[in-house]
Amino acid sequence: MSTPKSGEALDELSQGLRRLGGAVTGGIAWIGYAARFLTAVIWHSPAAFRRLHLTLREIYFSGVLSLVIILTSGLFVGMVLSLQGYEVLVRYGADEQLGILVALSLVKELGPVLAGLLFASRAGSAITAEIGLMKATEQLSAMEMMAVDPIARVVAPRFWAGVISMPLLAALFSALGIFGAYLIGVRVLGVDAGAFWGQMQAGVKVWPDVTNGIIKSLVFGTAVSLIAVLDGYDAKPTAEGVSSATTRTVVVSSLAILALDFVLTVFMFRGVGS
Amino acid sequence: MPVATTGASHAALTPTRRLDPAAAAIELVDVRFAYDTREILKGITMSVPRGKIVAIMGASGSGKTTILRLIGGQLKPASGQVRVSGQSVPDLEPDALYALRRRCGMLFQFGALFTDMSVFENIAFPMREHTELPEEIIRDLVMMKLHAVGLRGAAQLMPSELSGGMGRRVALARAIALDPMLVMYDEPFAGLDPISLGVVGQLIRRLNDALGITSVVVTHDVYESLKIVDYLYFVSEGKVVASGTPEEVRASTDLYVRQFVDGAPDGPVPFHYPAPPYRETLFADVDA
Repeated sequence: MSTPKSGEALDELSQGLRRLGGAVTGGIAWIGYAARFLTAVIWHSPAAFRRLHLTLREIYFSGVLSLVIILTSGLFVGMVLSLQGYEVLVRYGADEQLGILVALSLVKELGPVLAGLLFASRAGSAITAEIGLMKATEQLSAMEMMAVDPIARVVAPRFWAGVISMPLLAALFSALGIFGAYLIGVRVLGVDAGAFWGQMQAGVKVWPDVTNGIIKSLVFGTAVSLIAVLDGYDAKPTAEGVSSATTRTVVVSSLAILALDFVLTVFMFRGVGS
Repeated sequence: MPVATTGASHAALTPTRRLDPAAAAIELVDVRFAYDTREILKGITMSVPRGKIVAIMGASGSGKTTILRLIGGQLKPASGQVRVSGQSVPDLEPDALYALRRRCGMLFQFGALFTDMSVFENIAFPMREHTELPEEIIRDLVMMKLHAVGLRGAAQLMPSELSGGMGRRVALARAIALDPMLVMYDEPFAGLDPISLGVVGQLIRRLNDALGITSVVVTHDVYESLKIVDYLYFVSEGKVVASGTPEEVRASTDLYVRQFVDGAPDGPVPFHYPAPPYRETLFADVDA
């Protein structure tokens, strides 16, 4: 015979299961919605590319205006990496390997990931806020009523601008990082310049090292851009709705970058000596 | 002549009169619409004759803007017919719907001007999107539209530099940019000072007559509407509760119409949102 306490426990358990089920089905529904949205964006992309100035303008806003934070961060990350790397390498008398250590770290990992995180914070949030505000002020509805599809006119150019900008920003991040490492390693700590550049040249391969970095940054760019435009387009048309959509873009994009980075690294990992 | 009304509380008055459907630019027949389970429209029937200005009036939340969105095809009714120029809007394929929208203009409640474009660019926007006109022709057309609303000198200003009334006039110029057959106005008088309000009202009338367009004005500004429109529909709780010409509305003794025209706080539209009895709310703990 069931007691009132066991009945309550059963209720709590069933409610917990219901919440879990709701979260799972909600998540699946969101992925389905995002996939449909991405399909719509790609479907309307030819129209966006026919008017290239729209995409170029967004590349300026997303890419060029992100340069300051990307370049500055790249420089400092490279300098710190050089200091930390030197401290470890010098213990084993391998300080001449500093160039290859910094270059591989930046090109394969830190460049795409950190540039992606910065891009999500700087450009992703701005894209979400802009589209969300356009929705809140009925600019998207006005476009629809003027027989202009907002996905073709507003969303697709911003999406492709992000996809194009991200690998370029990641490359610049890595380049400035390597330059920062050179400044500290060679100019300050006294690592031999020939060894620094020579080791790097010999150890960093276009395939797979640089290509892996490019693939990662392309995937991150696609993910961040999709999340940013989707959150903006789907934002509640209120001040609070736009604010929470902007926050969600930064949080979800950052988590997506970290998760995708792990998945991609697993696929790209070839093991020691291979 | 009494204002035509419907609804149980107005049973003594004649039912809603439908204007000649043959001449109707817009026709709604027994239209029902709900957001999820919340029913907004409960069988709306109305028609808008070509070349006329018809106002849809009602309290906030009565479903007026929803009617405009149904006419523009942004929403689909749960049941009933929505026809524009003889075409059933909910049944139109996307291409046909966009073709219809190219022949319509809409003025949104707060203008909905594109904030990253100047006044000139806002009005040129629909022309650039839908025509292959050379830049000099577009320039002349934009200036003509701006001249019509009295803002030729504001062409290079940004929307953030405009007053509320100016913004509404620019939005009006944009709504007529492609010389539409139908213009829908969503609360065109909201938040305007008396001068701007009069200016916008007169512009709606003048442009309607000069361009031979059909206008639907959703508003709750009864005085301004009575000055400019040809016919009015009163909507309450998702139904048409009264309709008539401005003269008929002014002379009406119908309770709803009188409450609206006189701005009475209580009447057929109650002051209080439905709630349990006041005493029950205040003394719930004492009675318990």
